[in-house]
Amino acid sequence: MKFSMFWGCIAPLRYPGIESSTRDVLDALDVEYKDLEGASCCPAPGVFRSFSEPTWLSVGARNLALAESDGNQLMTICNGCYGSLFESNYELRQEPEKLEEVNKILKKVGMKYNGTTEVRHEAEVLYRDMGEDRVRGKVKKELNLNVAVHYGCHFLKPTETRGLGEAEKPTILDEIVEWTGAKSIDYRYKNLCCGAGGGVRARNPELAKAMTLKKYEAVKEAGADCLVTPCPFCHLQYDQAQPEDGLPVLHISQLLGLAFGSDEKRMGFNYHRIDVTPVLEKIK
Amino acid sequence: MAKMIDPEFAEKVAKEGDKSLFLCYQCGTCTASCPSSEITSFKTRKMIRFAQLGLKDDILPNDDLWDCTTCYTCQERCPRGVKIPKIILYLRNLAAQAGYMADAHKGTAKNLFIFGHAVSFKDKHEKLRKSLGLDGVPHTTLGSKKALEDLKTIMKANGFDSLIGYKEEK
Ligand code: SF4
Ligand code: SF4
Repeated sequence: MKFSMFWGCIAPLRYPGIESSTRDVLDALDVEYKDLEGASCCPAPGVFRSFSEPTWLSVGARNLALAESDGNQLMTICNGCYGSLFESNYELRQEPEKLEEVNKILKKVGMKYNGTTEVRHEAEVLYRDMGEDRVRGKVKKELNLNVAVHYGCHFLKPTETRGLGEAEKPTILDEIVEWTGAKSIDYRYKNLCCGAGGGVRARNPELAKAMTLKKYEAVKEAGADCLVTPCPFCHLQYDQAQPEDGLPVLHISQLLGLAFGSDEKRMGFNYHRIDVTPVLEKIK
Repeated sequence: MAKMIDPEFAEKVAKEGDKSLFLCYQCGTCTASCPSSEITSFKTRKMIRFAQLGLKDDILPNDDLWDCTTCYTCQERCPRGVKIPKIILYLRNLAAQAGYMADAHKGTAKNLFIFGHAVSFKDKHEKLRKSLGLDGVPHTTLGSKKALEDLKTIMKANGFDSLIGYKEEK
């Protein structure tokens, strides 16, 4: 067994089509995985870390400890989960006093974290562990789509700790998208945040929406067929806060699923607010 | 009103938040890079200045503090390597302790005690999952009483329940 899957909150509870698409993609690539049993919210980096850093750190440590006892790497499919668990893991490894504090708390529930879990993001596993040949080898249908890639903020940043390369002009997601035959197009504001992070979507939805609208106008102008993200929270923000005629939003797993010829019914497109039909029609 | 400079507050932010606080030389690159500063009254550089001076009355009750999306663009570009989001998050911790926590945020935080997740889980969500061939209830705290109890114990040990005003319904 290699990966313990950390599905998070938004994918399994709001856009479960992202979860089922990911399962189908991992199965197609013969990736070994299991669910991380008993996991909780990561907890969300912007929101919970804003309220109480110690709570954020110890709840994160519990999830990390669960993966540690599985003896697996932990795989996330969300930038928020990745950011939270990667950063909490980093802090706990850098600062032994913090790990000790957290373990005093974990002891109350009979747990301990030793700091050995590796936190991974699906997109980065696809890129680094699977690689182009293996992914391309599974493509049954070349996708004739113009894709606006949205990296989101917590996939590559802070670059100092992530080690996935620089974030001003990254290519990792564009490359994965192009492995499906789709074209990743350039557009203004490509690196702009979706607006939802840091608790802004809950506390100041108008501000979150203003950032989303800026993106919406830019991707429309560029003639994209859809937005593709590696993050269910950006996905939710774009699907919910763009105007009715906004671009369809796909998680990277859904895009790969389409290219791999996975069962479309399991991708949950009928539950998206913004109609995905134009994308499905175009690739027919 | 005269503003009270409180060096102790600033020292505390540098110690508990991030020691890079005093490296800031006020160039404004962060504000210029910030998607929120562009359209709101929140200005990144100014918030860091408030913290350096320990102007806590300009920080703690200030709604601007909550307009950062933690996008990290500022930190990536800061010529002095200031860990800006980390400092902002710490200032928010202090604001929350001082009682400046929005109801919407308290609601999100309560979900963690009820579901173990940041969002609610209802019958309709279970149905949706099943319709896609997934297990109706995810194998998380939603599917395990013990896991949820453990999580609650951990949050209570941090005083998170009293911070957000959560009381168990008996
Ligand atoms: S970019 Fe860095 S040094 Fe410049 S004002 Fe912002 S925090 Fe200070
Ligand atoms: S992390 Fe916050 S302060 Fe920094 S650029 Fe992003 S929104 Fe602005």
